[in-house]
Amino acid sequence: MQSAAAPTRAGSRLCTRCGERKAALKRPKTLEQICRECFYIVFEDEIHQTIVDNNLFKAGERVAIGASGGKDSTVLAYVLSELNKRHKYGLDLFLLSIDEGITGYRDDSLETVKRNELQYGLPLKIVSYKDLYDWTMDDIVKAIGLKNNCTFCGVFRRQALDRGAALLKVDKIVTGHNADDIAETVLLNILRGDIARLSRCTFITTGEDGPIPRCKPFKYTYEKEIVMYAYFKKLDYFSTECIYSPNAYRGFAREFIKDLERMRPRAILDIITSGENFRISTTTRMPEQGTCERCGYISSQKLCKACVLLDGLNRGLPKLGIGRTAKVGAGADGSGEQQGKRAERRNRSSLQGKHGNLDF
Amino acid sequence: MHLTLEFGGGLELLLEKSTKVHKVDVQPRDGEDKATMKGLLSWVKSNLIKERPEMFIKDDSVRPGVLVLINDCDWELCGGLDAELEDKDVVVFISTLHGG
Ligand SMILES: [Zn+2]
Ligand SMILES: [Zn+2]
Ligand SMILES: [Zn+2]
Repeated sequence: MQSAAAPTRAGSRLCTRCGERKAALKRPKTLEQICRECFYIVFEDEIHQTIVDNNLFKAGERVAIGASGGKDSTVLAYVLSELNKRHKYGLDLFLLSIDEGITGYRDDSLETVKRNELQYGLPLKIVSYKDLYDWTMDDIVKAIGLKNNCTFCGVFRRQALDRGAALLKVDKIVTGHNADDIAETVLLNILRGDIARLSRCTFITTGEDGPIPRCKPFKYTYEKEIVMYAYFKKLDYFSTECIYSPNAYRGFAREFIKDLERMRPRAILDIITSGENFRISTTTRMPEQGTCERCGYISSQKLCKACVLLDGLNRGLPKLGIGRTAKVGAGADGSGEQQGKRAERRNRSSLQGKHGNLDF
Repeated sequence: MHLTLEFGGGLELLLEKSTKVHKVDVQPRDGEDKATMKGLLSWVKSNLIKERPEMFIKDDSVRPGVLVLINDCDWELCGGLDAELEDKDVVVFISTLHGG
């Protein structure tokens, strides 16, 4: 992997951008060798450019950052508040966290988010499964075991984020999904033959027809650079895998992407481009959209998915709402959910149900 | 040769008591006059990693998705596995694979 002339000691090359300081990293996207200071500049500028090119925000908007305490959302909160000041976006930024009620995991990561609240001066709102549904994930796992818990977590989190955003009266939610995450989801949707989700999972903004649109300013940002940025800037983030998330299938896809990246770093952007180039045929049936009779959340069935699942939990029949219409096929949203898939097709990004990866 | 090794991004969980920083004394491998990253990786694997070594090592290198910095410089700029180490070097390993 190294050329014959590669130096074997650190710090012997100069930055190709400024020509003055020692190079500190090799950019996966461009293979440039740049110093730390130049890296900060290009990293932040590219995200700014993505925001401008895609008209992600309008002045005066209130924006919630889905904050898990993990690397992606921590770097997003930091960079977005910097760019907001520097380029005068005129945004009111908030941190929005979901407390699923997972002892030893979410309670620790929430401590990180609380420190971020002070460090970045962004107001924090935490909404909990316990308050919204009267069930914690710990309770749910006790009732249903480890098998389908990601279905619950995915459905509940998606809704919890919308409800938290409504409480904050925000116009938009931003999440920390990065280029590697999106490439991985493209791959999963190909493996599952889910053409409807395939192109949509690459959209930078989703849910524009739903209650609150969501966008991904890190769509073109490599995970390597996010982690390098957090390391050089000494940002405070939390890095433990969810204890209830043995999502092996997604794990293989991730590993495959990382192997490809090592051989050819451009592969990640190329996979995103392939996903973008798929188009849904106009004959694909899209569902009518309504609201849940019980809780008012967006739904094309009488009851929304969360209410069906809650019904099952509360009646001691937790299997209710899982896999009843298995023939519809599971989508690559990481939750493996089946029933209600079509019902919700229009309203979410396929990344939102992801569990192993702490952002929403 | 004294080295400081740092593990982050969840890799520390593979080590005894999840300790992040390790001050170690490592010698070049038999038949080599300089210690290299390649030698260090196998040393770490047999001396520090307590569980799930596959989260750290794959095919004699770090698992793809694990970042390595030598004295705060991306190891991809220092020769990768062939990078030579000197006394008092600081080597950092960070997993990008845990959490979002
Ligand atoms: Zn420079
Ligand atoms: Zn409902
Ligand atoms: Zn991520």
